[in-house]
Amino acid sequence: MLANHPTAKHILGRAGWYFLTFLVAVSINFFLPRLGDASPVDIILARAGSNLDAATAREQEETYLREFGLVVTDDQGKLVRDERGKPVPTSLPVQFARYVRLSLGGDLGTSILQYPRRVSEIIGAALPWTLALQLPTIVLGWIVGNGLGALAAYRRGVIDRVVYPVALFTSAVPAFCIGILLVYVFAIELEWFPAVGGYDEGIVPGASSAFIISASHYYVLPFISIFVIIVGHQAIGMRSMCIYELGTDYVKYAKLLGIGERKIVLYMFRNAMLPQLTGLALALGGMVGGALVAEMIFSYPGLGMAILTAIQGNDYPLITGCTLLVTVTVLLANFGVDILIGFLDPRIRAGQRSGK
Amino acid sequence: MFRGLRRSPGFLIGSSLFVATLLLGTLLPLLMHLNVEDRVGLAYMPPSTGHWLGTDHLGLDMFSLLVLGLRSSLYVGLLAGSVATLVGTLIGVYGGYKGGFVDDVLTATTNLFLVIPTLIVLILLSASLDEGRSLTLIALIIGLTTWTWSARAVRAQSQSLRHRDHVALAKINGYGTLPIVVLHILPYLSSYIFMVFILQTASGILTEASISMLGLGPYDSVSLGTILNQAIRNEALGDGAWWAFMPATLLVTVIAFSLYIINTAMESVFNPRLRK
Repeated sequence: MLANHPTAKHILGRAGWYFLTFLVAVSINFFLPRLGDASPVDIILARAGSNLDAATAREQEETYLREFGLVVTDDQGKLVRDERGKPVPTSLPVQFARYVRLSLGGDLGTSILQYPRRVSEIIGAALPWTLALQLPTIVLGWIVGNGLGALAAYRRGVIDRVVYPVALFTSAVPAFCIGILLVYVFAIELEWFPAVGGYDEGIVPGASSAFIISASHYYVLPFISIFVIIVGHQAIGMRSMCIYELGTDYVKYAKLLGIGERKIVLYMFRNAMLPQLTGLALALGGMVGGALVAEMIFSYPGLGMAILTAIQGNDYPLITGCTLLVTVTVLLANFGVDILIGFLDPRIRAGQRSGK
Repeated sequence: MFRGLRRSPGFLIGSSLFVATLLLGTLLPLLMHLNVEDRVGLAYMPPSTGHWLGTDHLGLDMFSLLVLGLRSSLYVGLLAGSVATLVGTLIGVYGGYKGGFVDDVLTATTNLFLVIPTLIVLILLSASLDEGRSLTLIALIIGLTTWTWSARAVRAQSQSLRHRDHVALAKINGYGTLPIVVLHILPYLSSYIFMVFILQTASGILTEASISMLGLGPYDSVSLGTILNQAIRNEALGDGAWWAFMPATLLVTVIAFSLYIINTAMESVFNPRLRK
């Protein structure tokens, strides 16, 4: 019964689609390290450096061979070795199935740089910072940007002449450039805000007021650097969308009928908002990428910084763990927007359109 | 159409800015003796008459680094932009014109790679390629991962051309898919494809700068991104050595901004609805 409802159908269809995308994303994460001839474990250990004694090196090798599912293990989880003492490799499909199963269960392996810390543990510590920075920034930026864009399109005149060039500029400047400019002007020259980090050293992160004050002080510059860009992008998109809507027949007709301005703007806003929402879903992947780079400029203790240190230390399990998590989060956010669209778009509610 | 462009201030400002950076990056290395091999001074020496932009953390001449970095960044941007535009146009035009199952498969593939963040794929790819990350390889990788936007945009346009009379006439006259696409669809899309190319070039330059800043840049040349990466890694921000990072930041900003306003100006000239 429920599955026949157009909105439910739309959501189910999208869910299937995102699961497929997830599998592709996992495959990318799985196959790219295996592109070369050498086994990923050899690459990982060679890169991690040879400043380990023999016993530790062997222990680490066993850990990674087991975690990557590269070799056959017996019932007790011990490595099966052939007569020459070499581990027995498993086939690629077996490895892949295992990788998908482990990823779905949240097991992302062990970090090399911070051995024996788990990747999931490191990510768990970084994730709240990234979410606290990016979620409010993107949502607020979307709301403010669309409001400004609609205002500029409808009122034209002075507002448009100010909003449009400013939005054009902020949307065209790369996130990391704004970040560097902000650090230079407000942190180094004026010294109003701290340049790098997430909170004062010496304060233990927690629910204390000292920590919250310190963290919000550090929050300002990274927030602004991502916020202005999103506002710029959204304002430009919304402005063209509204100018288009203003020229449509239904607006002209409504004006001829003498319907109040307030009501027309409301109709217009609703119609222009849906493509903007779809646009948000599609742009999310790019936005998150830009925001991660901005995090690195500010050495913000989030995922961007985790990826940066992982890359610099060739910590492969941590790199793939972070990239997988970012991809999955972007997919989930997209799915969320799609569900929202399923409820808001009258064409989908009426079963006339199946999706994008 | 071209008169409209000549009168558009955005187009004029954007194209003169871009041509200026292009000349700076291509002509200066030929006209001047640029030296990025030898240490010409101490670390982070401020600008002087001998070294217009001071020195970097190794004592290399910052001005020479900047000009050569600009050249590499433009090269990456134009190459990545060409590859992305070519792939995106082929996929978009073919899918939009053919329709049906082929189109469904191509659209699904496009949307799939549109959702997965490009930067993430780039990080994985660059980290997997051991030491062989040359400037050209990076440009090709960027081009092959960012074509999705062009494909989506071009597909929408070519789909609307599919049912035009002149295309139907060509079909009746027995033309095959390739001649129809080349002779009767692509000419109508040329201004549009040019706009796509401009945006793809801008995003190519920004993407290279982003991944170079992460330390995944080219091993064989200096680019604006690697200059920024070195400056940030070597405490230029904390030391207040603005000449080590501000010129590169401003150059990236100017290039991106000029290309974006060219695109916006063209859009408002070609799309009368936006004028008013």
